[in-house]
Amino acid sequence: MKLHTFKIGGIHPAENKIAAGKPIENMPLPAEVVLPVAQHIGAPAKPIVKKGDKVKRGDMVAEAGGFVSAPVHSPISGTVVKIDVCRTPQGLPVEAIYIKSDEADREADAKALEQRETPVRSEAELAALDGKAIIDIIKNAGIVGLGGATFPCHVKLSPPPGSKAEVVIINAAECEPCLSCDDMLMRENPREIVKGVSLLMKAAGVSRGVIAIENNKPEAIEALTQAASTVPGIEVMPMKVKYPQGGEKQLIEAVIGKEVPSGGLPIATGAIVQNVATAYAVYRAVVLGEPLMDRVLTLHDGNTGRNLRVPFGTILATLTEGLEEPEKIIIGGPMMGRTASTLQTPMIKGTSGILLDKRYAHRRPVENCIRCGRCSDACPMGLEPFLLATLSRLKEWDEVEANKVANCIECGSCSYACPASRPVVDFVRLGKQKVMAAMRARAAAKKA
Amino acid sequence: MNVVVTSIIVLGVIGIVGAAVLYIVAKRFHVQEDPRIDQVEALLPGANCGGCGRSGCRDFAAACVGADTLDGLSCPASGSAVMKQIGEIVGLAAAETKPKIAVIKCNGTCDLRPQIARFEGAPTCAVLASLGTGESACPNGCLGCGDCVTACPYGAMKMNRETGLPEVIEDKCVGCGACVKACPRSIIELRFKGPRGMRVYVACSNKEKGALAMKECKVACIGCTKCAKECTHEAITIANNLSYIDYEKCKLCRKCVDVCPTHAIHAVNFPVKKAAPAAEVKPKTEETPA
Repeated sequence: MKLHTFKIGGIHPAENKIAAGKPIENMPLPAEVVLPVAQHIGAPAKPIVKKGDKVKRGDMVAEAGGFVSAPVHSPISGTVVKIDVCRTPQGLPVEAIYIKSDEADREADAKALEQRETPVRSEAELAALDGKAIIDIIKNAGIVGLGGATFPCHVKLSPPPGSKAEVVIINAAECEPCLSCDDMLMRENPREIVKGVSLLMKAAGVSRGVIAIENNKPEAIEALTQAASTVPGIEVMPMKVKYPQGGEKQLIEAVIGKEVPSGGLPIATGAIVQNVATAYAVYRAVVLGEPLMDRVLTLHDGNTGRNLRVPFGTILATLTEGLEEPEKIIIGGPMMGRTASTLQTPMIKGTSGILLDKRYAHRRPVENCIRCGRCSDACPMGLEPFLLATLSRLKEWDEVEANKVANCIECGSCSYACPASRPVVDFVRLGKQKVMAAMRARAAAKKA
Repeated sequence: MNVVVTSIIVLGVIGIVGAAVLYIVAKRFHVQEDPRIDQVEALLPGANCGGCGRSGCRDFAAACVGADTLDGLSCPASGSAVMKQIGEIVGLAAAETKPKIAVIKCNGTCDLRPQIARFEGAPTCAVLASLGTGESACPNGCLGCGDCVTACPYGAMKMNRETGLPEVIEDKCVGCGACVKACPRSIIELRFKGPRGMRVYVACSNKEKGALAMKECKVACIGCTKCAKECTHEAITIANNLSYIDYEKCKLCRKCVDVCPTHAIHAVNFPVKKAAPAAEVKPKTEETPA
């Protein structure tokens, strides 16, 4: 069997997926949730509740603040305590809605949880839904890309005029080391995921769906192949194990062999990429009528790994109770995750993992660049990371832009490959931020 | 012998022809430049700091010579005296400007601001600012990697290793603003240097609510408005839980300094008060970074 992958660059970090095979544990609903309004890329949501309001589980508490935005729903019934700032894992303040439940609320929620898996739409009703109706349901359910970038799902499904979708690619590569939440979701809910994929295909108006899974998850591949065998148009495609296989642009190239043009949208190739957990969320939203209120994450502390289904708004510190004080907290995977300064921060839609492993706690000492070019070999976007990093260290922003820093996907392969352990991606990311800001300012000036 | 003579003649002829071409070209394409530009440039510091808003000292000199009025043209590094000389050269009146100095609006030293994390990445403020709050919990305070120190073309800044904060060397700072541009947290401000260097300013940039700000840093401005109420010159405004003293209006009476409950307002270079009336009135002069 030929395994697909992208052509240039890529690395092979140690997988450390010790949580693979551990069944997903459902975490209890917390008595108090903190729901930040900015849990996605784009405009923050606008709160539609005020202090003292009663809300029920599944109620929308903040509406979308624009087209590229997503609403937020409360996973518990209760009373809005306050609308105040809370901390992101990096410690920055962000507006959030605080909701607290009482005894009666908790009883009602327990009942609601029992009814969780009961469909609200029959097969006939599902068949009657057209693409537009499905997109509306997805939009109102607050579904965003659950791979980590948290891009609102409905925006990708509504391509700009002039472009046409041909294929829906489901990103189940899960190329990040340590994380296995998608793997376990696929093993446990293959039929639901396939149903979600067919709904996504219908919403996008395409007849081909590809579920791309890295070859290190044979159980998931088997489960999904079996589930998809009865559904026409959906194909399960095993991928070569290589980081960053799950990068949107890399995945498109691997699956349909087309390259996303520099500065263009992925839809230019006719592909819509959605994460596998997003597909599952779409199933829950459309078939079970449940908005996005929880997700699966991997908790990895070096010795043990667990896969937990956590309601949004749960304070992360409650999940790590009983574990020893970590040397370093990483939210997400070891390659692209962000270091956190605190766990007193709520679970949000993009939290795919909590990494407390000592092995990732420290950087190796930085040495001088020996001009070996391994960063260039590793870069999956064909950039020259050493050059971009040096130019942005010297604040030569024009040159940074001319060398296509905007194409960087910040995967960190360059830093991983560097034998002198230079902070390559740190500087490239800085340059990208500066250049993107300048490009936006130019675009705004042009419009005005 | 023959070869030596031939080569001397050939090279000599090439040299003479080349010189002639260069001479003709230099005469033919000579650019008439105002000699005053050179005169003005000679007066300028030559650090190309960009404090005037131009790309360098020569660009500024050309702008002065070509300008109809010197309004808006000012070299912060040279000050009024030099601007007056420039005005004499170009025959225009130069506006009187008060000298400015960079002021660090953060006093969150290692002792006063608890460290909650340790940063091992690329040691620049710009990178650290893109990652979160930095090593302390304050989302607005100094990051302490010294981007301002590297940016200063006059060597007027240094990092104090004990406090973890940058310090401005008053004699060297010309107020060009290179550090202001370099600081990703915008905690450096150019303020009037003041008579004999006396000035009063809020040494804090924390925009959070009082209780949170106090938790993050012991000397944070908590936006209590006491200083604004005390000020008789309407120089103090409070926005985003943060007090700001307008240096144009401030009369240096220092009433605000004494009422500030967190000692966030600094008065520097004032003569030490004789016999402080009560223990709680702390003279801030000694403990402030220059």
